[in-house]
Amino acid sequence: MQVYADNAATTAMSQVAINAMLPYFDKVYGNPSSLHSVGQRAKEALDAARATVAQCLGCEPREIIFTSGGSEADNQAIISAARFGAKKGKKHIISTAFEHHAVLHTLAKLEKEGFEVTYLDVHNNHNVSAQQVKDAIRPDTCLVTTMYANNEIGSVLPIAEIGAICKEAGVIFHTDAVQAVGHLHINVKEQNIDMLSLSAHKFHGPKGVGALYVRKGIPLVNIIEGGAQERGKRAGTENLPGICGMAAAMKDACDHIDENMPRVAAMRDRLIEGLSKIPHSAVNGDLVHRLPGNVSFCFEGIEGESLLLLLDANGVCASSGSACTSGSLDPSHVLLAIGRVHDVAHGSLRLSLCEYNTEEEVDHILKVVPEVVQYLRNMSPVWRDLQTGKRQYIL
Amino acid sequence: MALYSEKVMDHFMHPRNVGTIDGADGVGEVGNAKCGDIMKIYLKIENDIIEDVKFETFGCGSAIASSSMATEMIKGKSIHEALELTNKAVAEALDGLPAHKMHCSVLAEEAIKNALKDYFDKNGIPYDRKMYEEMDHEQLHAQVHGE
Repeated sequence: MQVYADNAATTAMSQVAINAMLPYFDKVYGNPSSLHSVGQRAKEALDAARATVAQCLGCEPREIIFTSGGSEADNQAIISAARFGAKKGKKHIISTAFEHHAVLHTLAKLEKEGFEVTYLDVHNNHNVSAQQVKDAIRPDTCLVTTMYANNEIGSVLPIAEIGAICKEAGVIFHTDAVQAVGHLHINVKEQNIDMLSLSAHKFHGPKGVGALYVRKGIPLVNIIEGGAQERGKRAGTENLPGICGMAAAMKDACDHIDENMPRVAAMRDRLIEGLSKIPHSAVNGDLVHRLPGNVSFCFEGIEGESLLLLLDANGVCASSGSACTSGSLDPSHVLLAIGRVHDVAHGSLRLSLCEYNTEEEVDHILKVVPEVVQYLRNMSPVWRDLQTGKRQYIL
Repeated sequence: MALYSEKVMDHFMHPRNVGTIDGADGVGEVGNAKCGDIMKIYLKIENDIIEDVKFETFGCGSAIASSSMATEMIKGKSIHEALELTNKAVAEALDGLPAHKMHCSVLAEEAIKNALKDYFDKNGIPYDRKMYEEMDHEQLHAQVHGE
């Protein structure tokens, strides 16, 4: 049995999305900027896709900019809000300690330019509260940027409350909703979201395409200069097959949230309950406000990369926040931000489910993970030291 | 998985010489949990020959494979030969390691040297102390593994 439990990394494309893309490779292949009929047919498809995406988010079609994905959308949103703020002498930004690198690295760039960034603490419930945002807002705050839901530990942030606070304070609110779109109900107007980033491949759409919602009236700064596509805010001939695939996948996902969410969440809860029985383990992330598909654990005494390789050999595709899988010296900044020490953060496991997973697959994971954890512990000198009392248990 | 060679995967999936030795003649441990890798080597030595060797490793796939290969390479060999085992030889025997994983083979070499040092110290055998100049693991880690 091969179980794909890494849907937070990427998802399989849905047949709906694939079918929606196909005509735009060889039948409707025109450039939407062309004046002739072939180009105008492409333009119609582009407009229709924009209307679909806007409808899913509860905004106007003209408030949607198509991008190459979530990272580009995050970059453009944050840079734009910062430039807009700087013109009014506002150079303070509020974010959280567990953002995606697309946000953190963009903020680091702005810090070098003289912006000041407050990174909200995420120790409490592995989440942030709206009150923390409220307390951090200053007269010179130009932007609040918090993710909608965390990609590694699944915590879902109080977006509507943060939106209300930002609206009252007159501060732009951007949310990186890459993990949330298609999985949770979102309405940017009702939730007072000013800017939102999304990525198609997280909800069974194609890779390399995403969108940025920007409320009317917020001026955008170009990240890519060139032609007048996307109302002059994002140059480059539109990725029409990708955009049409994204729109179809998004509509399909948003139309089925109410049936998918409880089914996926039930599998998630069964995994969390089952894996919690492994001694000296801990669940990461907010247990109440949580993505329906996220299961995140730390297991003491083992290292994540060897765990992933053995799980893969036993038919389970998952991910980890260990240093060896992050490609750097330190384990995941998210796990460190919620207070997991290095020793324990190295032994992390993320399983992320979607509606394509089955109860039989959950059974398989529940059988394999405890066996593999025990196997690795049996050859770990750290585990031996913990058991003989030479080292103190952390979890 | 294309990340590692078939040899690495073989030694990772079927590690040789896992375990401990009761009353080992030499024990060496290197690495630390903060960095995410610890290797511990146990030696049984008779007449300057490594009669038995076992390991325990906390670490990634290449750390486990390096431990397994290194123990295989010194089993039945003389102390002298074991001291000459280099990390490069371990990596080569595994048909290579990715550049950012080379430090796993360094840990294997160091663990064996430390276990032999323990044996020398216990038995009052003289040895070249320069070989054991303290190397800070995190420094080593950053040097071989860093960005």
